Amino acid sequence: MNPKLVLAVGLGGMIGAISRYSIALFIAEETVFPYATLITNLIGCFLLSYLLNHYVIKDVLPPQLFTALTTGVIGSFTTFSTFAVETITTWQTSILLAIIYMTSNILGGLALCYVGFRIAPSKRRATS
Amino acid sequence: MSFLFVAIGGFLGSILRFYIATKTNKHFVGTWIANITGSTILGFLFFFYHAEEISDGFWLFAGVGFCGAYTTFSTFGNETIQLLVDKKYRTALSYVVSSITVSIGVVVLTLTLL
Repeated sequence: MNPKLVLAVGLGGMIGAISRYSIALFIAEETVFPYATLITNLIGCFLLSYLLNHYVIKDVLPPQLFTALTTGVIGSFTTFSTFAVETITTWQTSILLAIIYMTSNILGGLALCYVGFRIAPSKRRATS
Repeated sequence: MSFLFVAIGGFLGSILRFYIATKTNKHFVGTWIANITGSTILGFLFFFYHAEEISDGFWLFAGVGFCGAYTTFSTFGNETIQLLVDKKYRTALSYVVSSITVSIGVVVLTLTLL
């Protein structure tokens, strides 16, 4: 693997993780429902699909910066492990809230990925 | 200081996920492996953090930083949408269902067995 690319992904990962942690601190979860991770995952899903399918951004940005931004920043910003653990911790207080939390992550995340994919300008759509 | 712990964990976690993705030729199996193993590790960390056997700093580094960055929800979502767009409905369904059930299953197992 290209050491510069690895470093770029790592630095992007730092930014993504710090951003996620900042949102968690800002929201200061005193409620039983883990909003912070849900909001983070939803924003990240939209942004990643939009960027990955945007042909101009992909062509204009240097490849290393593009990977740092997508795999690094957004990949680290969103999280699956916290989602899994929080589903269980929420389940211990309320089964209903846990089911709402799980489905809103999955359905909301997939819906926003689809929106990002659809509204990103693609070459195929631009030329047809 | 807490930001530094999260940053170092995020640095290492994202690189490990990228490494696995490269080894699996950016196939969704790479994301699956990262998400399942990362959830397992976080389950362990969560247990020991709540038992006050690991420090806040270590939790921020390994739990919030490393596991948070090593696992990813956005790539999981994007890969699922790509599978659906390619009309690979059964693969998409298996990917989503197995990612959720196995990751949550290992967390339950970890917290029950410990």
